[in-house]
Amino acid sequence: MSANPDHAPTFIAASPTAPGPGPNPVLEIQDLSVVYRTPGGDVRAVDKVNLDLAAGEVIGLAGESGSGKSTLVYGATRLLRAPALITSGSVRYSGRRMVQGADPADVLRMRPDELRRLRWREIAIVFQSAMNALNPVLSVRDQLLDVIHAHLRMPRDEARERAASLLDLVGIPRSRLRSYPHELSGGMRQRVMIAMALATEPEVVIMDEPTTALDVVVQRDILSQIVELKERLGFSILFITHDLSLLLELADRIAVMYAGQLLEIGTAEQIQHEPSHPYTRGLLNSFPSLHGPRRELAGIPGSPPDLRNPPPGCPFLPRCGYGTAACREVDMDLLPVTASKAPGHVTACPFVLPQTSVPGKSGTPESQPETGGELGT
Amino acid sequence: MTEQTQVLTSAAAERGPLAMEAISVSKDFRIGRRQTLHAVRDVSFNLYRGAVVALVGESGSGKSTAARLLAGQERLTSGAIRLDGKPVEVTSRGDFRRYKSYVQLVFQDPFSSLNPVHTVRYHLQRPVKLHQGKAANVDAEVSALMEQVRLTPAKHFLAKYPHELSGGQRQRVSFARALAARPSVLLADEPVSMLDVSIRLEMLSLLDDLRQRFRLAMLYITHDIASARYFADEVLVMYAGEIVERGPAEEVTQQPAHPYTQLLVASAPDPDNLGSALRSRAHRTSAQDTTHRQGSQAPHKPESATTVGCPFSPRCPLADDRCHREDPALVQISATRGAACWRLDVAAPELVSGSPDDRRTTAN
Repeated sequence: MSANPDHAPTFIAASPTAPGPGPNPVLEIQDLSVVYRTPGGDVRAVDKVNLDLAAGEVIGLAGESGSGKSTLVYGATRLLRAPALITSGSVRYSGRRMVQGADPADVLRMRPDELRRLRWREIAIVFQSAMNALNPVLSVRDQLLDVIHAHLRMPRDEARERAASLLDLVGIPRSRLRSYPHELSGGMRQRVMIAMALATEPEVVIMDEPTTALDVVVQRDILSQIVELKERLGFSILFITHDLSLLLELADRIAVMYAGQLLEIGTAEQIQHEPSHPYTRGLLNSFPSLHGPRRELAGIPGSPPDLRNPPPGCPFLPRCGYGTAACREVDMDLLPVTASKAPGHVTACPFVLPQTSVPGKSGTPESQPETGGELGT
Repeated sequence: MTEQTQVLTSAAAERGPLAMEAISVSKDFRIGRRQTLHAVRDVSFNLYRGAVVALVGESGSGKSTAARLLAGQERLTSGAIRLDGKPVEVTSRGDFRRYKSYVQLVFQDPFSSLNPVHTVRYHLQRPVKLHQGKAANVDAEVSALMEQVRLTPAKHFLAKYPHELSGGQRQRVSFARALAARPSVLLADEPVSMLDVSIRLEMLSLLDDLRQRFRLAMLYITHDIASARYFADEVLVMYAGEIVERGPAEEVTQQPAHPYTQLLVASAPDPDNLGSALRSRAHRTSAQDTTHRQGSQAPHKPESATTVGCPFSPRCPLADDRCHREDPALVQISATRGAACWRLDVAAPELVSGSPDDRRTTAN
């Protein structure tokens, strides 16, 4: 449906910047730290994170629940409320519509009116749960019109036409404009969310687990639609998910997050073929693959650390198969992976070479012999 | 159809003795005055002690309804369920309680399947008292259960409420609660799909461990066909209430015969297919892609309400006139494999070639 070029709305011009990483990042997150103030002490949810997003790029942010990936992006867009507190860092945004030659604007220092212009118009978000993010008592059309009128100056007729062509864009028949969220399937709701995010031609689209609640066929369908739209409209994507297998297919670059810190950044190829951080390797060994030979799966035993008083050094140490005493003194800076040929591949683990194999840990269902009582009791 | 399925032996059969049989089970729901939704249609399969049978399909395909039928929570419209060779008749509350001590169900969402106002201890004590009688040493039994699901130290968790636990820990409590009845059959309805990818594997290996230890006959319901490949002995693929393909897990996932199974397999995220599928979509014209696009253009809800023709025919790229007219029965491909498709010779020529195919004549 989306492949049909006749349905392409004419009002959104193709991006003048070619897709692919350019020299100037659209979004530059530097040294960002976010804590949650609790009676039991500060929870360091995001700890000195550096990440930049180039124009037209798809960056995948991978991590388990509680790793701080959502806090990172909501912090960078100033969507957090107390008790969350941004304690350091800067977030610079420089989009096409900003004044040429001017310094990039720091999102963290913006006044409310500047933020209002930034949000949605420049940076839009597709939230995880489409049922909760859509208003149940407004029709799809009204919700789209709401966005359009709030962020763009546009005559009513034009806005209505735009709402309709936004649905074309995501492959939903125009007759659905009058539908209410409960009348749509999960996949359709998620498409409506994407249409809403794209309503104002944003330059950066943040997607927070947009397909987690959907089943695989619908998921693939929506993902390929996202990629297609990205190529046509030229926005950049920051894609948050706990499913690394998805990112390997979708993202240009992948940032792996654990306990509030980035542990490794690299292209999808680098992450897949030369994973450098033990945690990344653990993640890669966690999902069953459908194609190719059956691999030995290991998973990652243990659970993430308590971020109220994080252990010194590497936060992954208690779960790491390679851990040594030196790991307690690692300063967690992202350093280039020396063995990697291409630049841009950085890791927080200075000890593990890409070639080293992962020591065997808890067995896979198949690798366990039919003995049973080897555990616990 | 029944004859066909009886000839077919389950790939799970070699694991252990037969525990449970679903024989031509159907379930209709009335929706509105004149409409009937055939949620489960003429489904037959067997569960064996110590073996895992996976039921794979998308939302709305009827897989959860099938689980509820087996669990005794819904009445069959037609067909029969047999437990250890004896027909199951659940007509009273007492029957249901006795039945539950053989057959237990684990739900998908550990956030809503545990009662937020009760502690872990309460969640586990209750089934122990109910199913093991007053003679049981309840506290010892509860600690043993906690150890079995690796919620240790047990003392640390007993007094906790569900909101104090992580998703994985909650699901462990659900497993322990199911085991408290000492069942022989465990029906797991998407037990890991709400959990993080990194935890899923651990939970599946826990389930596998429990399967071995208690020789559980397990039905694993999922929409993630890749996990079925690793976890199950036999895979049943369900679409619109019907089993459209069945066979040994490795064979079904590596060489899917039915066009719907092919669509499912093509849709699973595939890191080994790096760069070829999603990121450079513009250059993609493979056959898989055609299947996929075709599939996505059709209505997303399986058309369970219609009874004419193959249920997958509206989405199927290979559908011809006959597919729209007649519903295909499960055709045997090998001793352990079958698929319900009129066009198997086109969909999976390498699987049916050589075997006489006199069931259909070519359309042109």
